[in-house]
Amino acid sequence: MINERFELNKNLAQMLKGGVIMDVTTPEQAKIAEAAGACAVMALERIPADIRAAGGVSRMSDPKMIKGIQDAVSIPVMAKCRIGHIAEARILEAIEIDYIDESEVLSPADDKYHIDKTAFKVPFVCGARDLGEALRRINEGAAMIRTKGEPGTGDVVQAVRHMRIMQTEIRRLGSLSPDELFDAAKDLGVPYELALYVHENKKLPVVNFAAGGVATPADAALMMMLGAEGVFVGSGIFKSGNPEKRASAIVKAVTNFEDAAVLAELSEDLGEAMVGINAQEIELIMEERGK
Amino acid sequence: MKIGILALQGAFAEHEKMLGSLGAETFEIRQKHDLSRRFDGLIIPGGESTVQGKLLAELGMLDDVKAAIESGLPTFGTCAGLLLMAKKIENDSRAYLKTMDITAVRNAYGRQLGSFSAVAAFGSLGDIPMTFIRAPYISEAGEGVEILSEVGGRIVAARQKNMLAAAFHPELTDNTTVHRYFIDMIKNPR
Repeated sequence: MINERFELNKNLAQMLKGGVIMDVTTPEQAKIAEAAGACAVMALERIPADIRAAGGVSRMSDPKMIKGIQDAVSIPVMAKCRIGHIAEARILEAIEIDYIDESEVLSPADDKYHIDKTAFKVPFVCGARDLGEALRRINEGAAMIRTKGEPGTGDVVQAVRHMRIMQTEIRRLGSLSPDELFDAAKDLGVPYELALYVHENKKLPVVNFAAGGVATPADAALMMMLGAEGVFVGSGIFKSGNPEKRASAIVKAVTNFEDAAVLAELSEDLGEAMVGINAQEIELIMEERGK
Repeated sequence: MKIGILALQGAFAEHEKMLGSLGAETFEIRQKHDLSRRFDGLIIPGGESTVQGKLLAELGMLDDVKAAIESGLPTFGTCAGLLLMAKKIENDSRAYLKTMDITAVRNAYGRQLGSFSAVAAFGSLGDIPMTFIRAPYISEAGEGVEILSEVGGRIVAARQKNMLAAAFHPELTDNTTVHRYFIDMIKNPR
């Protein structure tokens, strides 16, 4: 039964592929995101850029606020819980969220253990910076992976680094001889079975999205070129001058990421982009949370 | 035989893989100019119907695809694809290609916790595994629509002339029955 549930949860992520998942903080924003072509929305009280600006402890959003967004749209609704916060995850499951993001964007509740996601019926997506983190999260029951990036910066450099590292390590694992896999699994800190899956299939066993710092159609296209199967956009949309237009352009850029002429057209006249801060200028490094 | 797969959003790669394993040649349709290629069948995959429908319209492909289906192009829609082909969606004001004389209910089993798998008969071809992900079902089928599968008293697969629609995802299983049925629709049109 657990396995069947895990399959169904992995399958939902497969339906999201080639799509854009957008952070929204109100039912109005959720409707704008849906109309712009988001394949799902992430309901949260504050987008990462504002979490960064506000400082302090950042927690799961008010379930009432999340329910308001569930009522406003017909596409899947995701929400974040703190790393290791089993109770927040149970609450999100109780309101029938479609996907839980056990997220480093919020303050971690547990600095050692992640949630045992195999104990839940609802699916989880988790952030990862490299193949080892990705496979550890999958071993804990994550049905979808995304790069961590550095959220709320509008700077795509970390997401690029994480996606590059993951793809390089996947290719490397694929090139090993079978008797080298035992040691490779030990080095990655992951079960042999998952290392073997990657070796045989040259990909993660679940869908892999890009997240963290995506602010423009070109950013989104870049992540797809690097092997992402879809894109999360957080602060980049509703921190920009024309959210509707930018959101819609990012959706089209993900579908036609290989066509530069289309990307050029989509990048025109989008209004002001999110201002952004360079990752080296920030003090709070979210990607370090949860390994 | 060449089959075009609408690749605007969703699980199109899974269809490519399954058709490839059956020896059919496929290509992805992402833009209007892709529709000018010659192809013998069309797949509209699972994903979000709102996203695919919006992109079909805004990329200027909706009328062309509709005309091709109406002129007899064999077309197979899964989940979101079923919704895109439906004449009417009972709980949604949106409608897209409107080529198939069915009324569908969107997210008919609720949110992800309502997703499930089942085993049921597909036409006369025996039982097959079926995966339902935030799935729709068909609440009404017009005359000339052949009902191929029912689960729990709901219609989940049907055919009307050159159109095949499934509320479930055969491309997510390793059972090729439905895809072989579709290839047969291309080879032996009604």
